[in-house]
Amino acid sequence: MTAATRPAPAGATGSPVDLTRRSLLRRRRLTNRVVTSAIALAPLIALVPLGLVTYTVISKGFAVMSSAFLSSDVTFSSRRLGGVGPAIQGTLLITALAALIAIPLGVFGAIYLNEYGKQNRLARVIRTTSDVMTGVPSIVMGLFIYVSWVLLFDAQSGLAAALALACLMLPVVIRSSEEMLRLVPDELRQASLALGARKWRTTVTVVLPAAISGITSGSLLAIARAAGETAPIVLVIGLVAKPEWNLLQPNVALPQLIYSNASSPFPIAQDRAWGAALTLIVIVLVTTIIARFVANRYAIKER
Amino acid sequence: MKILTETQTAPPAETRTSLTSKGGGPRADRLFRSMALAAGLLVLAILALILITTTRQAWPALSDQGLSFLTSREWNPPAGKFGALAFIYGTGVVSLISLILSVPISIGIALFMTELAPRRLRGPAVTVIDLLAAVPSVVFGLWGILVVAPALVPIYRWFNDVFGGIPVLGKLFGSPVGGGRSFMTAGIILAIMITPIIISISREVFATVPSADKEAAYALGATRWEMIRGAVFPHSFGGLVGAVMLGLGRAMGETIAVALTIGAAVQVTPNIFAGGEAMPAVIVRQWGESSGMHTAALVGLGVVLFAITVVVNLIARLVVNRAEIRMKGAAS
Repeated sequence: MTAATRPAPAGATGSPVDLTRRSLLRRRRLTNRVVTSAIALAPLIALVPLGLVTYTVISKGFAVMSSAFLSSDVTFSSRRLGGVGPAIQGTLLITALAALIAIPLGVFGAIYLNEYGKQNRLARVIRTTSDVMTGVPSIVMGLFIYVSWVLLFDAQSGLAAALALACLMLPVVIRSSEEMLRLVPDELRQASLALGARKWRTTVTVVLPAAISGITSGSLLAIARAAGETAPIVLVIGLVAKPEWNLLQPNVALPQLIYSNASSPFPIAQDRAWGAALTLIVIVLVTTIIARFVANRYAIKER
Repeated sequence: MKILTETQTAPPAETRTSLTSKGGGPRADRLFRSMALAAGLLVLAILALILITTTRQAWPALSDQGLSFLTSREWNPPAGKFGALAFIYGTGVVSLISLILSVPISIGIALFMTELAPRRLRGPAVTVIDLLAAVPSVVFGLWGILVVAPALVPIYRWFNDVFGGIPVLGKLFGSPVGGGRSFMTAGIILAIMITPIIISISREVFATVPSADKEAAYALGATRWEMIRGAVFPHSFGGLVGAVMLGLGRAMGETIAVALTIGAAVQVTPNIFAGGEAMPAVIVRQWGESSGMHTAALVGLGVVLFAITVVVNLIARLVVNRAEIRMKGAAS
């Protein structure tokens, strides 16, 4: 009885309550519309700088690109363009050496964290430390290698640059490899142990092969990042104009060439920087794409 | 019974020894374990060595300057005056600008990827962000100094014309420098560079929000935005703070892109369109021409930078970890 006398809420007279979007307050509908469109626009904002950078590097880089540019010796002349040959070689050499140092150590560290330490206190401390170490600025790593290596042997060298890059790669490799080792199902380990294999044998012949493509792709991404690092290299590598194979001698790298030519007022130096940037981006992209490819193959195998 | 006990007896001694010897014996196991442990401990050792060696190298400058290393704004290497305030200020301003620009967009993109995007758009979105993260910082710096900085000068002029007369904003948007290399330009370039890291952590955080909460919000009649505000944000606030702090750590340590775009002017000014200098940038810029006490002072800047970024990163990681643990508890 009382229900009949109560005034019915607006929009619900007679018929059942309207549950469609139209019944929402206008303000709520509008807020929703505005915010969701803003969110949908955000990725486009990120696309703009990526597109502009790629476009500029490709268009300006291709203008100077030639086989002579890729192979000639480095020059800082304001009249001749010179080339990036020694710098390509230096970058590849230093990055490869850094990878040779950092990846085995990093994988071993990951094996400790995932196979031995697990959740004990030391493992947790190492985990947090390597997370913190990924955040240490690359320039600080350069300073560290300078004061503890370059000053010690009184020589800037390709090896010092490789050490700095290895320090930067190490925590990244540890953390990504650990993630991959964690994905290996425990049944595999148990099966191997049940067959009488020792733990190290289980780790080397069963666990690592199962995780190897994930570890490879993580390591390749770390390599790609290291190849583009500039600040630590500038501090410890020195500078040469010709190809240098001796790692104990000063060397030259692509990022360093870009940096030192970028703030030059001479157009020809700026051209040199663009050409070097295009070369560097191609190297980094190729490494990243290979990493993606390896990771994808891994994902398919898992399914 | 009898059969059972017979099967339980140990196999003959030869087989057992041959079985175990295949693995190289317990010594190989121990060796392998200690090698793995050593590699893990290496991380601790490197971090400790960084602190010790750099502090020792910087000590002459730090002890000579005392507290004025942090509080004086006079940086005059020939006179032996090393006050890093202008650089600390520059690092702070540039990082702040980059966070203000980057955080809303990054969180928006992360929300788009986790809540809004149709499934077929998520892959491409991830690829775009990965590519953005893969561009080396020196390339951003090159682009910033030769393309962005000159292109921004007219916009800076316009801001100065419009806001120049207003009391507080006028100080902030002062007259721009000719080449456009300024706090603002460095901040914009940095914002682009820290976006990928903030996005990736935010995505992880958003992914831990239990779907029961989201569906409950929808069931109560929430619109999509109300669901995000009421179910996603409260749940992920701690993690988002961590993500922003990781971005901050990245921004403070970024060297080359800032060195190229900030303008190399040692000054403390509220004008964000004026040139400045940041801690990592000044290290790499003055390294080649420095010697003696000057070098020690530059290493000292590195020590200060190291200390700040380690603290920021440590807090950020702890915040993220705690938030994740709490979320996992709530989800189960």
